[in-house]
Amino acid sequence: MRKREGSPIFNSEYVVPMVFIAVSLLAWQFSGLTGSFVFNQVLNRFIRDGILVLSLIIPVVAGMGLNFAITVGAMSMQTALLIMIAYRVEGLTGILLAIILGVLMSVLMGYVIGVILNRVKGKEMITTIIIGFLFNSVYQLIFLVGFGSVIPVLNEEIILTRGIGVRNTVDLGMYRNTIDKLWLFEIGNLEIPFFMILVVLIFAAMIFYILHTRFGQEVKAIGSSTQTSEVLGINTQAVRIKVIILSTVLAALGQLAYLQNIGMFDVYTAHLTNDIISCAALLAGGASIKHAKIRHALVGVFLFHTLFIVSPQAGQNLFHNAALGEYFRSFVAYGTIAFALIINVRNENN
Amino acid sequence: MSHYKLKLPQIIISLFLLLLVVIASALRMDLTALLNQSIVKLVMNGVLVLSLIPMLNVGAGMNFGLPVGIIGGLLGMCLAVNFRMTGFYGFCMALLFSLVFCMLLGWIYGLILNRVKGREEIAGIFIGFSFIPLMNYFWTLVPFKNREMLYPIGGQGLRPRISLENYFNHVLDDLGVITVSGIEIPCGLLAFYALVCVFLYLFFLTKAGRAAIAVGENESFARLSGINIAQTRLIAIIISTVIAGFGICVYAQSYGFIQLYDEPLSMAFPAIAAILIGGSTGKKTFIFEAVLGAYLLQSIYLLTVPIANAILVPELTEILRTMITYGIILYALLIRERRGASQ
Repeated sequence: MRKREGSPIFNSEYVVPMVFIAVSLLAWQFSGLTGSFVFNQVLNRFIRDGILVLSLIIPVVAGMGLNFAITVGAMSMQTALLIMIAYRVEGLTGILLAIILGVLMSVLMGYVIGVILNRVKGKEMITTIIIGFLFNSVYQLIFLVGFGSVIPVLNEEIILTRGIGVRNTVDLGMYRNTIDKLWLFEIGNLEIPFFMILVVLIFAAMIFYILHTRFGQEVKAIGSSTQTSEVLGINTQAVRIKVIILSTVLAALGQLAYLQNIGMFDVYTAHLTNDIISCAALLAGGASIKHAKIRHALVGVFLFHTLFIVSPQAGQNLFHNAALGEYFRSFVAYGTIAFALIINVRNENN
Repeated sequence: MSHYKLKLPQIIISLFLLLLVVIASALRMDLTALLNQSIVKLVMNGVLVLSLIPMLNVGAGMNFGLPVGIIGGLLGMCLAVNFRMTGFYGFCMALLFSLVFCMLLGWIYGLILNRVKGREEIAGIFIGFSFIPLMNYFWTLVPFKNREMLYPIGGQGLRPRISLENYFNHVLDDLGVITVSGIEIPCGLLAFYALVCVFLYLFFLTKAGRAAIAVGENESFARLSGINIAQTRLIAIIISTVIAGFGICVYAQSYGFIQLYDEPLSMAFPAIAAILIGGSTGKKTFIFEAVLGAYLLQSIYLLTVPIANAILVPELTEILRTMITYGIILYALLIRERRGASQ
């Protein structure tokens, strides 16, 4: 399989990470934050967002582009968690049941999304964005209107005072940082949550393994040419559905890691920007719309979040306005994706 | 396709609208007042919907990059307010400034979109999304002098909502209003809307306009006929951007505020949903479809507010709106690709 690379002078696989490193270093200089603080924060973001970013890889390899519908996976897990909290299933039983329920729901959702995407070949990315928005409003309908009115809820604490709808924030106190603190090593000022890093790496290894099984070979074949793989006798429709199911399930598990790391559960906003941030992180690591490797995801999380952490403080110090750093963050997140799209389609058209 | 056919989504939407009207009258709401508001809402949002037509017809897809044009319009209005231009004169100057900014922005936007031919929609979303935080820098740092636009404390940076009370609030809405048995007909507003429609209609009769339709229908055939594809697309995209800028000016004068910062972020989706409800399939679109769609969608938006309030869950309005908006866009994506495949 011959992979199409950019021109030798301007190869975005290396240029994009370089730009991120340069800008991060510059912003870090202006931010005045200590190196160990930034390192701890970035490592924290790595274990928080790592699995979500990894969940994007397989759809890219399958030629389906960035899967912005990972928010649907995230919402499945949040739904499972909310059900557990609403019916007071606590402790280890609660979290295990939530995982099982969340995975089941994300398999179902992944199947639905896969079927939809099979009908819009070539326009998967825009469709996944719209699916994410649509499912978000269904999610809001269920929890803001349905809970407490149609669906009875045992746990009154999470319901708004008017009796209908879940509160904006639900405490996850009982789950907070439970696994993050396992095997926490401290070297000087640096804190290394070894167990969670291992978990992220296990997920990475799993994806690596999947891509090297027979199924993975089929995925790669579809990614390089749908027609050829159909001639070879691969059921492209079924493989594409499986790819999206896998991505959605990984996103659901990723969201669980994300939520337990934060410890507070913003019911209506926790999942909203995860798709954009994860996609931008993957691209920051040097991936493109057609080509993504595990190292792109792992490197990308570090690069992207370094910039994310230092830029508000840099904005504060440079312009005496922290909001400017915020704008810079959003610009980087959206701009990275826009840039990748423009560059990639240009290579395609040439 | 010379005559108009009703399609499934329109029937569903119309029935839903009818249901809402029945509920509204059962709740003893003032239907005449609602009708009056619906006419204003049509024009308020309708110009933005019309702005999608040139890009659809040239084959550049649904303009998810609508924020680009909207920002051009916002720039124009901010400039007019900064120079304290008031009344009808102020509004016309805002339009004039918008025209200049939108032509420039549309030209750049068009050049980018010409590079991503076939992927305009996804690229447009992210061009729009990334342009907004970039402009947030501008709004924060621009050295405008009119105190009514700036943050009251500190005196630097534009407010997120600039009141048009002393400038050109409702200049079109209140222009030549005729009242016939309780129904208010805002002639000035409707005349402006009609003017944009006529302009679009005439544009598609000119040589450039006919070339645009030819490119949209069959690009390779158009190329063989000697049409300059890139230039034709550029013209259509610039016109779309300019009308989008005018659209936000009309919207703001009706709404009473200029909304800056992240406000344009999600404005593209309702406009696209409206044109799709009108019967467009994301390809060649008639002006009539844009008008019908805008009216249907805006009437639904209008009616859901009092009804949701009456049943005590105010958030329901917003949820229903977004569900309809994204649902219809998803439906259109599915339908269009199936037709594309069968051709």
